[in-house]
Amino acid sequence: MADVLAVAEVTDGALKSVSREVVSAARGIADVLGCAVEAAVCAGSEEVGGVAEGLAALAAQGADRVAGIEAAGWEPGRVDVSAAALAGHIRGRGHAVVVFAATGPGRDLAPRVAAKLGRPLLTDVTGVEVDGGEIVATRPVFAGKALARVRVKGTPALLSIRPNVFAVEDSPREVVSDVVSADAAERPDGYRVRGFEASEGAALDVSEAEIVVSGGRGMQDPSNWHVLADLRDALGETAALGASRAVVDAGWRPHAEQVGQTGKTVTPKLYFAMAISGAIQHLAGMRTSGVIVAVNRDADAPIFGVADYGIVGDVFQVAPRLAEAIRELRGD
Amino acid sequence: MNITVCVKRVPDTEARIRISSGGADIERDGVKYVLSPYDEFAVEAALQLVEGAGGGQAAAGPAPLAGGAGTAAGDGRVTLVSFGPEATKESLRAGLALGAHRAVLLRGEPGMDGWATARVLASELEGGDADLVLFGIKAVDDDQQQVGPMVAELLGRPCATSVAAIDVDGGVATCRRAVEGGQEVVELDLPAVVTVTKGRYEPRYASLRGIMMAKRKPLVEKEAPAVEAGLVVERLDLPPARPEGRIVGEGAEAVPELVRLLREEAKVL
Repeated sequence: MADVLAVAEVTDGALKSVSREVVSAARGIADVLGCAVEAAVCAGSEEVGGVAEGLAALAAQGADRVAGIEAAGWEPGRVDVSAAALAGHIRGRGHAVVVFAATGPGRDLAPRVAAKLGRPLLTDVTGVEVDGGEIVATRPVFAGKALARVRVKGTPALLSIRPNVFAVEDSPREVVSDVVSADAAERPDGYRVRGFEASEGAALDVSEAEIVVSGGRGMQDPSNWHVLADLRDALGETAALGASRAVVDAGWRPHAEQVGQTGKTVTPKLYFAMAISGAIQHLAGMRTSGVIVAVNRDADAPIFGVADYGIVGDVFQVAPRLAEAIRELRGD
Repeated sequence: MNITVCVKRVPDTEARIRISSGGADIERDGVKYVLSPYDEFAVEAALQLVEGAGGGQAAAGPAPLAGGAGTAAGDGRVTLVSFGPEATKESLRAGLALGAHRAVLLRGEPGMDGWATARVLASELEGGDADLVLFGIKAVDDDQQQVGPMVAELLGRPCATSVAAIDVDGGVATCRRAVEGGQEVVELDLPAVVTVTKGRYEPRYASLRGIMMAKRKPLVEKEAPAVEAGLVVERLDLPPARPEGRIVGEGAEAVPELVRLLREEAKVL
């Protein structure tokens, strides 16, 4: 039986935690199909040895084999090279199923690989099962206003999973770590990475954060955002800031933070909606969060309709007290 | 410079979604449709690039009010291409009113399978004279976020996704990609494919003159080629209702109880 491939993610040489979710999802599929899981990622000749060693940690989630795919011409950001090498690797090994992460880099990479293989791709999957040997997956559509159950015809079945949805399961095994080379020549020319400019604030993307602190128009002014930033800091490294469409449209916050149908659909374990009234397109983007907390002065705000816990009150009173209480709890 | 923008007609983001009686589609009656919001950014990018004959200058300030003469100036041409039902013509006319020069409707029903959609679009784009093919980063209905890079592979052109700003100079498009933690700058040799996200481009409004002129601009209609889909939607469901929440209290005094509930009941702190 052909393997299930889990496409891992590595940034600056470090394995990204979403990779464990990808391997767990792949393990679940492989257990039904009765096959092995391979975890792989592309890297350049210099890095690939270290990358392959780092991947070995994925044995804890059930990877039977890990492979650093050595691709000529690879450097950070070269999604075109990664896609060509990965497609070559999948063709060579004949995987039955390929699982990506629906992160920023994963969304960039997966469609290119799918097109090279001439296969459809199901993205942002939140549930997956095997039915009659075929992948049948659930994914949100209309930013979560509905859920589609979709069957993938033919092989390999390619899918990407939404971060923070699939549990990281322990399923340890002996792992074989390997470096393989793949031909990365089959790609369009003319793609060059010229540089990276870091933006201010945390690097953690709102769609990958475990905790999101979002602000809306009720924050009154962009200069008030330090209140939410302080709450985020109190919540720790896994927290990120989000924003409603209204405040992004007003230019108060960057679009990268926007949660909703014209922004990002998020599924954190804990979502704080601070001074957000709850427009339908915002609710669509965050209603699959684990626990939702809303703070709003208006007791009739639609956000309270989806919140697990609500406080009716002034965000400028509540947020600082909340940050303080969380710091006390964590013993800072 | 010639630019083709691929656009999709989708339900308005404010629309309530209901499931049709068949259970595998949405109820389409009574739903207001719009051009997918990200496609509006792509159309604006195309108009600015063609008007500015190189990009940077025209893009520096706010978008010109009301779309000027209703047609982008300069030598270049902006073409809109859409795969969709007959009613998509309405959205294409709206795009022509903003200043695009011509439009092509590939009549058909796009489904969940973006690879099928990519093949339909590529059949129209192959052999075309577009220096740039632009897409919105995603359509806000299926939200698969894949058709742009798939079309690029089919055309054998380099592709940058999630691009907030494009500058074209001497056969090279410099793209600022909005990525985790910042912006990545990528250069593409033209011809190329780019998917556009919110950033530099503020969609303009159509002028009355633009709307009048749009009626006379060419809008070509043809049947989309038949392409087999490899993804089959078996069922659509509304998301499960969230369990009834509760108001913990009023004001900052309610914070200790909220923290206790988050810790002991929800176990998320």
